[in-house]
Amino acid sequence: MMFLRYAAYRLLTMVLTLIVVSMLIFIIINLPPGDYLSNQIAELRATGQAEGVAKAEFLRQEYALDRPLWQQYLIWVGVIPGPQGFSGLLQGDFGWSFEFDAPVAEIVGDALWLTVLVNLAAVLFVYLVALPLGVLAAARSATWVDYTTAFIGYLGLATPNFLLALMLFYYGHKYLGLPIGGLMAPEYEGEPMSLGKVQSILVHLIVPTFVIGTSGAAGMMQRLRANMLDELSKPYVETAMAKGLAPSRLLTKYPLRMAFNPFVADIGNLLPAMVSGSVLVSVVLGLQTIGPALLTALKSQDQFLAAFVLMFVALLTLIGTMISDLLLVLLDPRIRYGAREG
Amino acid sequence: MSTLPDGRYIDDAPYDPNVDLSAIDRSDMDAPNWLLVWRKFRRHRLGLLSGIFLFLAYMAIPFAGFFSPYTPNERSADYLYHPPQAIRFWHEGDYIGPFVYPTEAVADLENYRWTYITDETRPMPLQFFCKRTEYNLFGVIPTERHLFCAPEGATIFIFGSDRLGRDVFSRISYGAQLSLTVGLIGITVSFILGIGFGAIAGYFGGWVDWVVNRAIEILRSLPELPLWLALSAAVPSNWGPVSVFFIISIILGLLDWPGLARAVRSKFLSLREEEYVRAAEMMGAKPGRVIRRHLLPNFMSHLIASATLSIPAMILGETALSFLGLGLRAPAVSWGVMLNDAQNLASIEIYPWTAIPMLPIIIVVLAFNFLGDGLRDSLDPYKG
Repeated sequence: MMFLRYAAYRLLTMVLTLIVVSMLIFIIINLPPGDYLSNQIAELRATGQAEGVAKAEFLRQEYALDRPLWQQYLIWVGVIPGPQGFSGLLQGDFGWSFEFDAPVAEIVGDALWLTVLVNLAAVLFVYLVALPLGVLAAARSATWVDYTTAFIGYLGLATPNFLLALMLFYYGHKYLGLPIGGLMAPEYEGEPMSLGKVQSILVHLIVPTFVIGTSGAAGMMQRLRANMLDELSKPYVETAMAKGLAPSRLLTKYPLRMAFNPFVADIGNLLPAMVSGSVLVSVVLGLQTIGPALLTALKSQDQFLAAFVLMFVALLTLIGTMISDLLLVLLDPRIRYGAREG
Repeated sequence: MSTLPDGRYIDDAPYDPNVDLSAIDRSDMDAPNWLLVWRKFRRHRLGLLSGIFLFLAYMAIPFAGFFSPYTPNERSADYLYHPPQAIRFWHEGDYIGPFVYPTEAVADLENYRWTYITDETRPMPLQFFCKRTEYNLFGVIPTERHLFCAPEGATIFIFGSDRLGRDVFSRISYGAQLSLTVGLIGITVSFILGIGFGAIAGYFGGWVDWVVNRAIEILRSLPELPLWLALSAAVPSNWGPVSVFFIISIILGLLDWPGLARAVRSKFLSLREEEYVRAAEMMGAKPGRVIRRHLLPNFMSHLIASATLSIPAMILGETALSFLGLGLRAPAVSWGVMLNDAQNLASIEIYPWTAIPMLPIIIVVLAFNFLGDGLRDSLDPYKG
């Protein structure tokens, strides 16, 4: 019961955060002077195409771009009626992309799921890699195992994501025959799900997952190692050793359990970095996630598309953080509900 | 020392009743804090080495023009995509000092690119303290002296040349000016905001604390890069390189402060209950004075260590933004701008040296990480 109440409380704060975030995003998107259509109108005027001007002016009214900013925001969210009545985010209408001349929902479409998929795969990768390596590095601290993992970890932290992506792609293709570019073989694009498609997606996921996950895994490994070392120097470990407990059991029974908490709590820090990384890597590798769409939208001031992508990315991280908070409470009864002060 | 019949020990030295009881037994343990920190840091070899390296790197920034044989946007139109050249010392078994072999461009009409043939019969010695293209030393003093440059009729591309025939080595050393300082400016912005908000929230508490806390939480839960992208996309395209550089560094700092503010806040929450703070308040010190004189010095060193650890993120951030074409723009030269050329697989495969700027990035980021780790470990000299 307590847990449900805490979950409800967390959900409420998430929604409130989301509202603030949506305002923030809308303001940032509207920071550049003018908007897509007014720029287009100026351009059309300059080249003397009067008929285009009329169309753009019409569109400007249609999308309420001629109204004050706060009204635009409310219309975009769907709280007050726009020129077509209530049609905003709340009603499931994500707006119109001027650059692609199509509804935003149509452009992002599949990309949303692929974004979630890529990030999920990366998070999974981070945990699968960081957990054994971190524990191993702590258990065999100050040996070559420790130094090697530390070195690789540091390199992972220091190499810019996008370069790692390019190089892995190149060498992965050259020596391992991994496919280049995209998230699935071209023949599966737009096809319904099938076994072949799933397989193709999985093979294509290898390099992106690795690239996005590396820096996160490196950081998490370091923290897990530090936590484990703290635990391993405690008297109860010595007692267990004196009793003759097998090393593997000794390690997994208590110290790991204790070092695990920060590990789960960490996802709140991990996710934003991960989503950032996936946007960058998607642009470089040409993955069909929303990363490339965001970049084009931002460059051409395609505001509804950019705003929606940013909102989605924020939502993704917020949900992830919430899930990790809830998991943490389930995992560790010592954490007091509601109060999580740093 | 002698032993009493019952087995106890006793000191034979005469007892002096006038000895100063507050004198310190081991004065080396009572050294000022900074000395203790330094002693401990000195033992962190990797951190020390990184610190020295970074110090030298930052010191060399004003002399970038002097160390590089070319200026960053100087084009050698006859030498596009020239591969890296080695500086040699021995020619046919004889030592003749540093020299290069001249190269000649040959059009490869099959693959449509230039190949370069090295003429290994004519060693051409490098010139030192020679006069070439004019640049500004320290950014203000116009001069033509370069540490070394290619002899007439030959080239010296240590790291090769790029698609416009510009020397990659020279561009890297010029690029360091922007790439290294972007983190410093960013961290300054983040420091001011972080300490400011953190201190206000921690010291006053109440609703101020609540508001700042929510802001921190919201900013921390957002992915940085998309926001950086959105903010830099808002930078007007008609701004000059210098203003773009400053605004980009500020943008990088704008999103970095929440972590710092959180640390400052939690420190303040515990420190403001200390007696000396109450004493200061009772003597009529204003909040600003209490914060600056009594509270901040307590953990300034920790803040500096954590700042050292967050500079790399900004350097990588600048690189990523410039790489995507939303950060610094040509004619500004930074490592990210240079990597923009290495954006596709083809150029990495055919001209691998265009990706060389990644090396300084990796080295600098690693150095900052090691330095930060070393500082953090040694800041508490009494522990461990």
